[in-house]
Amino acid sequence: MKPTNIKDPEYFHKVVDCQYACPAHTPVPEYIRLIAAQKYTEAFMINWESNVFPGVLGRTCDRPCEPACRRGRVEEEPVAICRLKRVAADNKGEVKHLMPQAPFPSNGKKVALIGGGPASLTAARDLAPLGYELHLYDEWGKGGGMMRTQIPAFRLPEAVLDEEVNFVLDMGIHTHFNTFVDSMKEILDKDYDAVFVGTGAPKGRSLEIEGYEEAKDNIHIGIEFLASVAFEHKESVGKKVIVLGGGNTAMDCCRTSKRLGGKEVTVVVRSPRQDMKASPWEIEDAEREDIIIHNNMPPKRFVVENGKLKGVIFGKVRAEYDENGKRKLIPTGEPDMMIEADDVIVAIGQDNAFPWIEKDIGIEFGKWNVPVLDKVTFQSTLDKVFFGGDAAFGPENVITAVAHGHQAAVSIDLFCSGKSVNERLAPMTNLISQKMGIHEWTYDNHIESDLRYLVPHEDKNISLKDRKVEVELGFDLGIGFKEAQRCLNCDVQTVFTEDLCIECDACVDVCPTDCITFTNNGEEQDLRSRLNAPAENMTQDLYVSDTLLTTRVMIKDEDVCLHCGLCSERCPTEAWDMVKYLYNTTKTYTKNGKGDCC
Amino acid sequence: MSYLKPKFHHPSLKPNKVGFIKSDYEGVISTLCAGCGHDSISGAIIQACYETSIEPHKLAKLSGIGCSSKTPTYFLSNSHGFNSVHGRMPSITTGANMANKDLIYLGVSGDGDTAAIGMGQFVHAIRRNLNMVYIVMNNGCYGLTKGQDSATADFGSISKAGSSNPYPGIDLCGLALELNATFVGRSFSGDKTQLVPMIKAAMAHPGFAFLDVISPCVTFNNNKGSTRSYSHVRAHIEETSLFDFVPHQDEITVDYDEGTVTKLELFDGSSIHLSKLAPEWDPTDRFSAVNRLHAAKSKGNVLTGLYYIDVESEDLHVKINTVDKPLNKLTQEELCPGQSQLDVINDSFR
Ligand SMILES: Cc1cc2nc3c(=O)[nH]c(=O)nc-3n(C[C@H](O)[C@H](O)[C@H](O)COP(=O)(O)OP(=O)(O)OC[C@H]3O[C@@H](n4cnc5c(N)ncnc54)[C@H](O)[C@@H]3O)c2cc1C
Ligand SMILES: Cc1ncc(C[n+]2csc(CCOP(=O)(O)OP(=O)(O)O)c2C)c(N)n1
Ligand code: SF4
Ligand code: SF4
Ligand code: SF4
Ligand SMILES: [Mg+2]
Repeated sequence: MKPTNIKDPEYFHKVVDCQYACPAHTPVPEYIRLIAAQKYTEAFMINWESNVFPGVLGRTCDRPCEPACRRGRVEEEPVAICRLKRVAADNKGEVKHLMPQAPFPSNGKKVALIGGGPASLTAARDLAPLGYELHLYDEWGKGGGMMRTQIPAFRLPEAVLDEEVNFVLDMGIHTHFNTFVDSMKEILDKDYDAVFVGTGAPKGRSLEIEGYEEAKDNIHIGIEFLASVAFEHKESVGKKVIVLGGGNTAMDCCRTSKRLGGKEVTVVVRSPRQDMKASPWEIEDAEREDIIIHNNMPPKRFVVENGKLKGVIFGKVRAEYDENGKRKLIPTGEPDMMIEADDVIVAIGQDNAFPWIEKDIGIEFGKWNVPVLDKVTFQSTLDKVFFGGDAAFGPENVITAVAHGHQAAVSIDLFCSGKSVNERLAPMTNLISQKMGIHEWTYDNHIESDLRYLVPHEDKNISLKDRKVEVELGFDLGIGFKEAQRCLNCDVQTVFTEDLCIECDACVDVCPTDCITFTNNGEEQDLRSRLNAPAENMTQDLYVSDTLLTTRVMIKDEDVCLHCGLCSERCPTEAWDMVKYLYNTTKTYTKNGKGDCC
Repeated sequence: MSYLKPKFHHPSLKPNKVGFIKSDYEGVISTLCAGCGHDSISGAIIQACYETSIEPHKLAKLSGIGCSSKTPTYFLSNSHGFNSVHGRMPSITTGANMANKDLIYLGVSGDGDTAAIGMGQFVHAIRRNLNMVYIVMNNGCYGLTKGQDSATADFGSISKAGSSNPYPGIDLCGLALELNATFVGRSFSGDKTQLVPMIKAAMAHPGFAFLDVISPCVTFNNNKGSTRSYSHVRAHIEETSLFDFVPHQDEITVDYDEGTVTKLELFDGSSIHLSKLAPEWDPTDRFSAVNRLHAAKSKGNVLTGLYYIDVESEDLHVKINTVDKPLNKLTQEELCPGQSQLDVINDSFR
């Protein structure tokens, strides 16, 4: 293999598994260390710069970082990254003065942001300090998009959302609430220099099987149901409720029903449990609230008696997978089953819908009614119009919407300055040795063996009575500290200097996870099988040195390195150093060095 | 400075036949100088014991005084141990071995501990063919007392302070051959591919198995002009043969080319495989080993690998005809069979 090019910014970025997996590339270990140091405000600000909604995400994030977390490869469970973010948000001090202070000197450009969800708000946060005049339109009376209309208050208290939405809106954003934009043409006719579309995927799918017409007064679309609950238009449901669907929306619908008078709440999913889209913890939370989940039961028809919904008839199937993993649901032949219901909530998916974008103005749409976009710049086929969030490539989650917002803001800024949207700056990176003295590091390199701590929950008898009582209570400071100590500091990189190495093997012997091998070079596959511990995880790179004096090379498998620094402590010649790697994705927000706190 | 080792290990490393993972054979984190060859030898001991599935409680590690003699703290923390006074490891091991012949005895010493103060003890343990592995971590100096030349330092080797050694060095392997040791070999701390199987074979050998392991002292004897520095040893290494050890339980999976491989069966059914032999050397012929060693030394080279093995070795217990049961397991009745038996013995002297 060729020697690894550690100057490539992506090489060490990939080693920081959580940050790499985070769509917004939040510098996770950096803020976790600050939490351990009780610097909650600073930890919050690092988050705020990257992901704009630390309090919201610390409760509701889909957490793609956690399955990626290195800790999960050396032990059973990853670091509770998401819940640590909440510790920072809940315990922060005064932060407003640390944020860019409006009013900002105008740059003479105007941008419209359609939709008030996380994608638009992020673009707004990034563009405002640069002097853009920003006009944000949303059909509802308050900002936040689906974070407000969909995510139930028992998972995300309104006060937390309000605070973080207002940090953005207070930056001098011109809001046009209660305004449904019904014509893109009209927007384009106004003198905006650019338009950002962050309108989400607002159309819930319905299920018009036999009996639907007669029963439809008691059949609700999941996202519409949740929105009407959020805005207090709906305050009760029947005693028996069936929720159809196996995703997170279904979980929010059943748990909400339980709080609005539903006694027997059943979720029915057509597919097997392991295929359910809902996050495991959402399923767990629902079951903890005595909600029954049936799998392998597709709905066949609504049963109506005396013109009123009586229940739903379900077939029974089993799943078979062909060699490509494609699933087929095959009837088992068992008799159908009827479940009684006063109300049925249909939560089987959302679609994009742009009835308000005229077909003849130059914005092309592709399959599934999603716009044709450049995947990096988010520019549509009409050059001044950019998309982001669920509106771009279909329903995702808040953190993805935020990541899109950052990238679209970079594009918009380039576009409005008359530059090519492809002239994007490389990410800001920095390597800082952590050495303080012989065997002394500026980071805590001791590895704790603690298992993941559980987040305490509110007593069910209390939380089920009021939909606004938050279920998860968050870590207290003591547990927060202990959980933070589980983080392995993956951003503190092992950097090898071949000229210094005398091949004494000290690093090989001391490495607790057998990551380091000195051997003759070869092809990657061959090398992977010849290391001190076989390197079978192909998603993790091998760090290969240049040829050493004995004609061998040093090979380090990044897979389960604990970043404990023992190799560096045992090395007599400082051929290994522990070097903190900072990686900041390019954002317009940090363009002027503003808020550059890390 | 870290003083605790993380508990995590590589997830794909499986437990061995007796259910232990490699870290079960480790000790506390080493306090030797970073880069010391002794730590690599500890690593090789750990590796060898893990791979041969030794039950930790069936091994005793014994040592004298020196950096080398400190190493038993850094490996096999679940085994028995005795850190004796300077140079006295062989007699403590003799006593322990006499009392309980069921344990594997692993003696660890330094070139100072063995070739100076402990020389008298060393030679008698060889002469008696005490069943033990005797490892000298040979750095050519007294590391612990700040690097004075030891008795094994080569003539003319330059010390860190710049002086040239005026005395000829004692070659411990040469001495062991002279004293009819039944297993003699030399290795290098920086060559685990050779050292690990040699330790395994030494443990399988019934009798005195001597391993002189060149082990650079990074702090006091790794300078230019020293003949025990990493770079000097690497530049002057010469092997008797490639060495492999196959424990008796294992099937031989590697294909050995019959013509170039010599297979030596050991007492317990395990075997040593030697390939690329030097033509003028036969590992079972003591004289050829002595000649081979001198040939290498005359070129200024360090000869590593197995020198000599007596495959018919009989240890001290056989020589003095002890009972099968370890002495420490004998009961009061067996040890003291009573007046009538004593009378029989006394009568035999009349
Ligand atoms: C029930 C449910 C629960 C969820 N839970 C989570 C969760 O726990 N964690 C998570 O990360 N994600 C969750 N999501 C997904 C997440 O809410 C979305 O992915 C995210 O909000 C998308 O952000 P956005 O900025 O693209 O658009 P949205 O948040 O959808 O915001 C778009 C806004 O634009 C408005 N709008 C649309 N069209 C127009 C128009 N023409 N004129 C004016 N305004 C318009 C919409 O009403 C809306 O307010 C959940 C989704 C649902 C449905
Ligand atoms: C009876 C006695 N004499 C002298 C000493 C001082 N002393 C301690 S270690 C040592 C030499 C150790 O050299 P070596 O065995 O080569 O070990 P190394 O430190 O080089 O590994 C000496 C002379 C002692 N501890 N006890
Ligand atoms: S251990 Fe810490 S730095 Fe490493 S992936 Fe997990 S959270 Fe990130
Ligand atoms: S400890 Fe240092 S000098 Fe020794 S092999 Fe490792 S990198 Fe090289
Ligand atoms: S002084 Fe020499 S022998 Fe002792 S620990 Fe340091 S390097 Fe090893
Ligand atoms: Mg010594």
